[in-house]
Amino acid sequence: MFAPQIILAALINGLLTGAVYALVSVALTLVYGVLHIINFAHGAILTAAMFAAFFASQAGIDPLIAVFGLAPLFFALGYVAQRFVIGPASHGSDSNVLLVTLGISILLENAMLAAFGSDTRTIDTPYGFSSLDLGFVYLPLPRVIACGAATLVAVLLWLLLKKTDTGKAIRAVAKERFGAALVGIDVAHIYAVTFGIGAACLAVAACVLLPSYYVQPRAGDAYVLVAFTVVVLGGMGSVPGAVIGGLLIGVVESLSGLYFGESLGQLGIFLIFILVLLLRPTGLFGARA
Amino acid sequence: MTAWLKVYGPIVVVMALLAMVPLATSANTVLNALVVSLTMALAGQGWNLLGGYAGQISFGHAAFFGAGAYGTAILQARFGWNAYPAFAGAICIGAAFGAVIGYLSFRSGLRGSYFALVTLAFAEVFRILANASDFTGGAAGTLLKLDMRTGNFQFASRATFYLIVLGLVTVVLIATRALERSRFGAYLVAVRENEDAAKALGVDTLQVKLRAITLSAAITAAAGAFYAQYFLFVDSNIAFGTWISIEALLVPIIGGLGTAFGPLIGAIALQGLTEGTKAIAGRIPGADVALYGALLVVAIAFAPRGLQGLAARLRRGLAMGRAS
Repeated sequence: MFAPQIILAALINGLLTGAVYALVSVALTLVYGVLHIINFAHGAILTAAMFAAFFASQAGIDPLIAVFGLAPLFFALGYVAQRFVIGPASHGSDSNVLLVTLGISILLENAMLAAFGSDTRTIDTPYGFSSLDLGFVYLPLPRVIACGAATLVAVLLWLLLKKTDTGKAIRAVAKERFGAALVGIDVAHIYAVTFGIGAACLAVAACVLLPSYYVQPRAGDAYVLVAFTVVVLGGMGSVPGAVIGGLLIGVVESLSGLYFGESLGQLGIFLIFILVLLLRPTGLFGARA
Repeated sequence: MTAWLKVYGPIVVVMALLAMVPLATSANTVLNALVVSLTMALAGQGWNLLGGYAGQISFGHAAFFGAGAYGTAILQARFGWNAYPAFAGAICIGAAFGAVIGYLSFRSGLRGSYFALVTLAFAEVFRILANASDFTGGAAGTLLKLDMRTGNFQFASRATFYLIVLGLVTVVLIATRALERSRFGAYLVAVRENEDAAKALGVDTLQVKLRAITLSAAITAAAGAFYAQYFLFVDSNIAFGTWISIEALLVPIIGGLGTAFGPLIGAIALQGLTEGTKAIAGRIPGADVALYGALLVVAIAFAPRGLQGLAARLRRGLAMGRAS
C-alpha cells in the first residue's frame, strides 16, 4: 500500500489533469449537444492549436498571452469550417457529418505531419518547472494554471449559455432545431457559432497544455480519446456531465497509473469507454433516450 | 441465361481483363502496387457490406483486418499450422471477432455515431494489447518464416499473389452481386434506409445486422490474412492501425457506397492517385494520407455516390445533350 500522502498527491494531480480533460470534453459535448454530431476532427484541431501556440512561443509570445489571440482565431476558423465546409458538404445527413469530420481530421493531422515532421517539440517557459508548495504536496505550476484556466472557461461558458441571447439561441437549437428556426433563429449560424466555441475552447486547452506537454502531429489524439470517453460517461451533450466526467477520468487515470503502471493507463480508459457505451450509452448524467 | 449474363457478365469481363495484366507486364513495382490495391479492395468489400449495404458505419475495421493478419501469423508461427488451413482459420477468427463485437454493440442498440465510436475503441484496444502482449510478439511483431514453396502459400512470383487476391476479390464480387438479388440483401437495405420501419415490418434487424457484421468481418479478415501472407510480417500498427480502418471505408466511398464494384473501383483509383502524388510530391511523409482526407471530404460533398455516380451523371448529361 502507498502512504496516504502519495495517494492524496495522486488524487490532486488527477484532478488537475482532469480539469484539462474537462475543458477538452466540454468543447466536444457542446458541439454534440447542439449539432448532434460527433466531431471527429476534435483531436486534429487541438493539435493544430498546439502547433499555433508552439510557433507563437518560438516568436517570443508566451502561450498564456498567445491564448488571447488564438482563442478568437480558432473561434473564427471553427465558424468558417462548420458554416462553409462541414455543413454544406454533409447534405444534412448525420453519417456524412461523421465522415466529413473524419476526413478533415485525416487531412489536418497529415498536413501537419508533412509540414512539421513527426518530431516531438517542447517549449521553455520561465514557470515550466516551478511548483507550488502546499505543505504536504508539491503541485507543478503549469498544471495549476491549466486547471485555473479550465475553471475560468467553464464559468464563462456557463454565463454565456445562461445569460446571453446567443446562449439562449444555442440552447434553443440544441432542444428543438425546427422550433428554433420557426421563431427566427438562424440555425446554420448557431451551428457555426457552437462549432467555433468548441474550437476556441480547444485553443485555450492547447495554450495551457503546451508548457507542461509536447506537440507533434498526433499529440491531440490522447486527449481526444479521453474526451470521447468523458463525453459518453457524462452523457452526450451534457456540459455538467462533461466536467464531472473529466475530473473523474483524471483521478481514475492517476490512481490506476499509481497502482498498475503507466502503460496500461490508456487501456483502462478504452475499457471504461467500451463498457459505458455498451451498458449505459446515455451516460451517467444523460437522460434515457 | 441472358439474365445471368446481364448480372454477372460485367464481373467476368472486368476480372478476365484484370487477370491478363501479368501478361502485359512483369515489372515488380506495378504488380506490387496492384496486389496492395486489390488487398485494400478486399478489405473495402468487407466494409461495404456493413457500411454500404446495411448502413452501419464502422470506424474500426482494423479490428477485423488485424484479427485476420495476426490469426494466420500466429497459427503458423506459434502453432505450426500449414499456411492454407491457417488462412482459413484466420478468416474464421475474423468472423468470430465480428460476431462478438457486433453482438455486444448491436445488443446495446448502438447506432450511428455510437457504433462508429465503439468500433474505433475496439480496434484501439486490440492494437494496444497486440503491442503489449508476448503472445503476438509485442512491439516487434510476428515474422513468418520464409520458405518459398507452393505448399506454404509462398510464391517467388508476384504475379501468383496477384492472381490469388484477384480471385478472392472476384469471389466476393460475385457473392455481393448474388446478395443484392437475395432476400437477405433486401433486408440489409431495409435496415439502412429505415431500421425502425424494417423492424415494424417484421424484419429481425438484430439478426440481420449480426449476420452482416460477421460476413463483413470475415471478408476484411481475409484481406488481413492475405496481407500478412504476402509480406510475411505483422505488427500492431500495421494490423490494427487506424490507417486500415480509414482505407477500408474510403475505398467504397470513393468508388460508390453500397455497390458491388465500388470498392474495386475506389481501390484502383486511390492507388493511382497515391502513385501520382508520390511522383509529384516525392515521399513527404503524410502528404498522401492528407490527400485521402481531402478526398473523403470532397467525395462526400460532391460525389455522394462515388465515381460510379459521377460516371452515371456524366452519361445522363451526354445523353441529354444529344437528345436536345
